[in-house]
Amino acid sequence: MSLLSNITAATLAKDIRLEWRSKDAINSMLFFALLVVVVFSFSFDPLAEESRQIAGGLVWVSFLFAAVVALNQTWAREIRNQVLDAYRVSPAPANSLFLAKALGNFIFVIVLEALMTPLFIMFYKLRALGPAWQLIPIAALGTWALVVNGTFFAAMSLRTRAREIMLPLLLFPISIPALLAMVRATTAILTGEESAKFWIVLLVAYDVVFTTGCLLLFETVLEAE
Amino acid sequence: MTAEFVGRRLYSILGDNGAGKTTLLRTLAGLSQATRGKILILGSTNLRAVCSQVGYMAHPSLLYDEMSGMENLQYFSRLYQIRDDARSKEVITLVGLDPGLERPVGQYSQGMRQRMSLARALLHDPKILLLDEPFSNVDLHSAREMVKLLGKMRDTGKTIFVVTHQAQLLDGTADEFVWMQAGKIVNRTASLEPLNTP
Repeated sequence: MSLLSNITAATLAKDIRLEWRSKDAINSMLFFALLVVVVFSFSFDPLAEESRQIAGGLVWVSFLFAAVVALNQTWAREIRNQVLDAYRVSPAPANSLFLAKALGNFIFVIVLEALMTPLFIMFYKLRALGPAWQLIPIAALGTWALVVNGTFFAAMSLRTRAREIMLPLLLFPISIPALLAMVRATTAILTGEESAKFWIVLLVAYDVVFTTGCLLLFETVLEAE
Repeated sequence: MTAEFVGRRLYSILGDNGAGKTTLLRTLAGLSQATRGKILILGSTNLRAVCSQVGYMAHPSLLYDEMSGMENLQYFSRLYQIRDDARSKEVITLVGLDPGLERPVGQYSQGMRQRMSLARALLHDPKILLLDEPFSNVDLHSAREMVKLLGKMRDTGKTIFVVTHQAQLLDGTADEFVWMQAGKIVNRTASLEPLNTP
């Protein structure tokens, strides 16, 4: 357990250091999310009551697309100079690498969300009519749902020629239950019309199932030729 | 392929492009699966169990371009549960580089990158070293220094496999030259002279 956590911590620290120096993922994600906010603000009247109904979907779809940019970057670093082989020949457990990558992506996407949320509120004049604090667990659980599968499928599509296309093709269909839960829960809180508890429980279940599945299967993905 | 390699020797693996030299090293390192048969390393068929006794240097550097050599080795040492940075400094010095060099590896010359890559392979003091083209793009003087270092390491009990197209560099140092062709070992000789190619 301590071996797992030590290597996870070392790999996470290395990834944060690399991202801090290059800012590849965060810049691309920010630019993309910003573009979505601006383009959609021209598409409909942000002052209308309907903006509260569709904002949940808009926010999460933009975060999903932006996250894909970061997810593709995650493994791109590891195949440059075949650095991944250095990890594979070491006694370090495969799951440590997976956890570090998923946690790194989680941090990057959460940072993006923290930076973009004020812009969404400003552009769409959003105000939660339900319990606003519940948006925090929804954001955390929803982001983890996106990045845990995203990290796994990005690793799976690593050796494919069109990996940047392959990732959304694999990730989006499997993320539909989580995305639905995130959107419905967010909309429920923004409109205050219903409780978001069911959707939060669904997100918890989704996260547990897919995190376990990814951890069990990742070694096979890493060792695949 | 059926072959046995005894320990504490330096083997030079030779052959034309596509002969299977790199595949042989990757298979010994556990990076490629043998299509059939078995591989026994240090008495074990479980290559994962002995991976901490094997050092692998590939043709690409296996290093992060954005980090300095020291930062790279500090990270890789954690994968082998080496907590002391002194070992990283030691191996960087051993290959003739400066541990204090703060430049990212991406800005190193090809020769420096090769030497840093060798340092990474030596980091955990493995019993077996698998080196794929360690002398490519390295100047003659540095390549000779590397050969001396490999000879010393062999003398301290390590078993070393070197895939190279510059076999002359290892003449007089390698214990055996292993000639490969089309995925098979076709000859094993004690020296390059007379050139005993098939």
